[in-house]
Amino acid sequence: MFSSRYWREIPQRYRMEAAKCSGCGHVSFPPRLICPKCKGRKFEKVRLPDQGKILTYTVIHVPATPFKDEVPFAIAVVELDGGVRITSQVVDCDPSTLTIGQRVRTEFRKLQEIGDAGILCYGYKCVPA
Amino acid sequence: MREVAIVGVGMTRWGELWEKSLRDIYVETALLAMEDAGVDRIDSMIVGCMSSGLFVGQEHLGSVLADSLGAAPVPASRVESACASGGLAVRTGFMEVASGMSDIVLVSGVEKMTDVDGGDATYALGTAADQEYECYHGITFPGLYAMMARAYMHQYGLTREELAAVAVKNHENGSKNPLAQFPMKVTIEQVIGSVMVADPLRILDCSPITDGAAAMILCPLDQAKKISKNSPVKIIGSGHATDSIAYHSREDLTYLEAVAKAAERAYKMAGGGPETIDAVEVHDCFTIAEILAIEALGLVERGKGRTAASSGLTAIGGKIPVNPSGGLKSKGHPVGATGVAQVIELTKQLRGECGDRQVKNARRALAQNMGGSGGSSIVHILEVG
Ligand SMILES: [Zn+2]
Repeated sequence: MFSSRYWREIPQRYRMEAAKCSGCGHVSFPPRLICPKCKGRKFEKVRLPDQGKILTYTVIHVPATPFKDEVPFAIAVVELDGGVRITSQVVDCDPSTLTIGQRVRTEFRKLQEIGDAGILCYGYKCVPA
Repeated sequence: MREVAIVGVGMTRWGELWEKSLRDIYVETALLAMEDAGVDRIDSMIVGCMSSGLFVGQEHLGSVLADSLGAAPVPASRVESACASGGLAVRTGFMEVASGMSDIVLVSGVEKMTDVDGGDATYALGTAADQEYECYHGITFPGLYAMMARAYMHQYGLTREELAAVAVKNHENGSKNPLAQFPMKVTIEQVIGSVMVADPLRILDCSPITDGAAAMILCPLDQAKKISKNSPVKIIGSGHATDSIAYHSREDLTYLEAVAKAAERAYKMAGGGPETIDAVEVHDCFTIAEILAIEALGLVERGKGRTAASSGLTAIGGKIPVNPSGGLKSKGHPVGATGVAQVIELTKQLRGECGDRQVKNARRALAQNMGGSGGSSIVHILEVG
């Protein structure tokens, strides 16, 4: 992955920085230049809460190439407290025990190793709360 | 706006066509469509293709394919909306003829997917989702639809058997289609016992990786008799809509809003709703997608798509025949070609040329093509000319 492309996303991937619309309060993650709800263009930086619940999930058995050594792994749509949703792996648990509605929290983890040099890429993953 | 007719169609059998290049499969079907229409010139060409760059390392397809067809210097455009690129090509060609810009337009779709291995194909298809906030975390397309299936099972009580019934029906239909990639019939047990891809979806819930192309000739309806000997099929409705690129941002995780919006626009243009439709081709990239599509198209109520295949409602002889071609599931899914092939199937259905899989007395038909996890959808309504 191109280094500047990775670097640009660091505030979201490492610190879960989002943009709260000054007009209507809608929180965009990742941040946007225009609010999809009220078309406002002023935002304040907020950090997303680290607690949430699973809305739906799957266990990947056939992965894309960068994840070929990780299978099987669980991945979910998680609604964080406050309403922002993310797609995130759910780790440190037996995937067969996951349920819709289950409480989880985000942690900072390694996501991928990229290219022949195996450059480490980080971000959030969920674990059972 | 001028009324627009389809006067020629061309398709070859899809599959793993290792001996043929993207250019070859494109030109073969383009020539078939021109021969079917009986035209020896075109004014313009539109080609739908999702990712020739990632699959075969070639962009600038408009020019590449006009050159290969010997049609340069005609204007040639490549359009892209992920797996709905074919539907978008039909819509773009429709607009070009309707507007009066061109009279005879060659509309095609093409994808050459087997020059890369499975992992790289999965990656290429993944670019239709949000690269930074979905794929970065390891989600795949089967994974996104598996999450839809899980959410729908939770909300409406869909069973594994009811889901498998979609694949059984579409392979049954595909067994009557000489152009299908996988024309074998399958049983509920085979689907449920097949290899797990993304829980709860198994390999027989998924459309395959396919090489293929499809082509058609569009012209103004009032010139159709002069241009071609074929009885024309009219395009009477065209709708297109978008939704959030990330599946997790959809307000309702069990509903395809872009499909509903595209359908609403197409029904309005056609002057009739779902009750007027005699045959349907939907984007069954996965078994769950057919269930969600027929609900969003208003063909069944929400939550009722669950039993549509298992009850026989959507069989060829049923009340609402869905995917008489075999669908993406059995016919194959060369992503950029699929939307064009759906319209070709319905054109043949309306001409009464479908043999064993013919829907009786079909007068009006609907094709629904979808990009990504529902980030875009294109709906066309056709009628006997
Ligand atoms: Zn706002």
